[in-house]
Amino acid sequence: MEAKKKDISAIEFRDVSYESPTGQKVLAGLNLEVQRGETLVLLGRSGSGKTTTLKLVNRLLMPARGEVYVEGKPAAKKQEDIVRLRRGIGYVIQEVGLFPHYTIGRNIGLVPRMERWAEEKIRQRTRELLQLVGLDAQLTGRYPHQLSGGQRQRVGVARALAANPAILLMDEPFGALDPLTRDELQREFISLQQRLRKTVLFVTHDLNEALRLGSRIALLDAGKLVTVLAPHDFLHSTNSLAAAYVKAFGAGLTAAENGAAQ
Amino acid sequence: MNLLQFLAQNRAEILQLTLEHLWLVGVSTLIAAVVGIPLGAMIARWPAFNKPVLTAANIVQTIPSLALFGFLLPVPWLGDRAERLAILALTLYALLPLIRNTYTGIRGVDPAVVEAGRAMGLTEGQLLWQVQLPLASSVILSGLRIAIVISVGLATIAAAIGAGGLGELIFRGLAMVNNQLILAGAIPAALLALLADFGLGWLEARLRPVQ
Repeated sequence: MEAKKKDISAIEFRDVSYESPTGQKVLAGLNLEVQRGETLVLLGRSGSGKTTTLKLVNRLLMPARGEVYVEGKPAAKKQEDIVRLRRGIGYVIQEVGLFPHYTIGRNIGLVPRMERWAEEKIRQRTRELLQLVGLDAQLTGRYPHQLSGGQRQRVGVARALAANPAILLMDEPFGALDPLTRDELQREFISLQQRLRKTVLFVTHDLNEALRLGSRIALLDAGKLVTVLAPHDFLHSTNSLAAAYVKAFGAGLTAAENGAAQ
Repeated sequence: MNLLQFLAQNRAEILQLTLEHLWLVGVSTLIAAVVGIPLGAMIARWPAFNKPVLTAANIVQTIPSLALFGFLLPVPWLGDRAERLAILALTLYALLPLIRNTYTGIRGVDPAVVEAGRAMGLTEGQLLWQVQLPLASSVILSGLRIAIVISVGLATIAAAIGAGGLGELIFRGLAMVNNQLILAGAIPAALLALLADFGLGWLEARLRPVQ
């Protein structure tokens, strides 16, 4: 049983399609496997279906066709199973979505509290998590509006990690931060991931971020999976869309260098 | 005899009628809240009910109060006692602000917060009680405030069907062409409305979520 568990991928999309409530095709025939412990980045422009793909995993959206397997099991359909599934998957979004009427401590302790952990254990875990994401334990009593954007996003990550989920879904978590804070959080994400080895599905439209954080990059375009490549291969890919990304990414650098040379 | 002397002389009756007035407003608002807030939460959750519920509440609001009291008069059990009838009519008028503000308040909660809550595995019930209602509380309270202020004014008309309250003095004063009598009813009613408005406004400001 244990040996077999190693073989199954953490998340698997099998021929998954999704249509919006208005009948628009958002995702068509997606086949994708996310390996245990890897950071798979979903890259693509807005409307390419990245966020939809993410939300199919924790059943914020239901596929029209196909099936999403989480830890080898077809994703839950009954309400109570969906709730259990979600409590085992961390979720971090760009807008963070901290509860404004809860203190930082209560925000982080939310899932453990729902899972009926002992209060002392929750307190200890909260301190541990704040330290893990590089925040002062003194912040537990503060409210989200008293924190900076970067601090809030760190709390968002701590909250997602609280009940020690094996899977983390991240939807442009650093997209709204200033470049320096973003750089800092990306660096911390890498070191965190080296220690924790979570299965991470990470959405971004920023190639730099994808290259930096991803163990593999899945390129999406207009609801279809174009290709899945390791970061190094992505840079040298002959695929036209991947090449276009690399070219756009390099344009700024080239322009700046040319400007400096003149 | 000046107005103050008149009020002092009749203070026992004025107090009695003020209490009756408060009773009419209190009971009807309580019923309206118990019915209206869940209805508002329901239409926020299932938008299909949105139109019929809000339309019905809106239509009630357009019926002139005197006419509504009249319509309800022949209804069995209800028509037996004017007080029951007045409470029902006031409840119906108080429904719209409560339903609408609950709906608006819940819909106004930051969608990212709701999505994060849902994604963390809160059940729909937990989401409503722990996130949506607390964050909508200041908007719901402002609906309650509007409902109460409207009711205090409307309840004076309940005296026309013999339900008591401060309207008694006003109607008596009108019949007798006695301004002091009219004011003896109108001033306490206005004070009640102002007091409710001020008190609930203060509470509302304290509950408003920090941005």
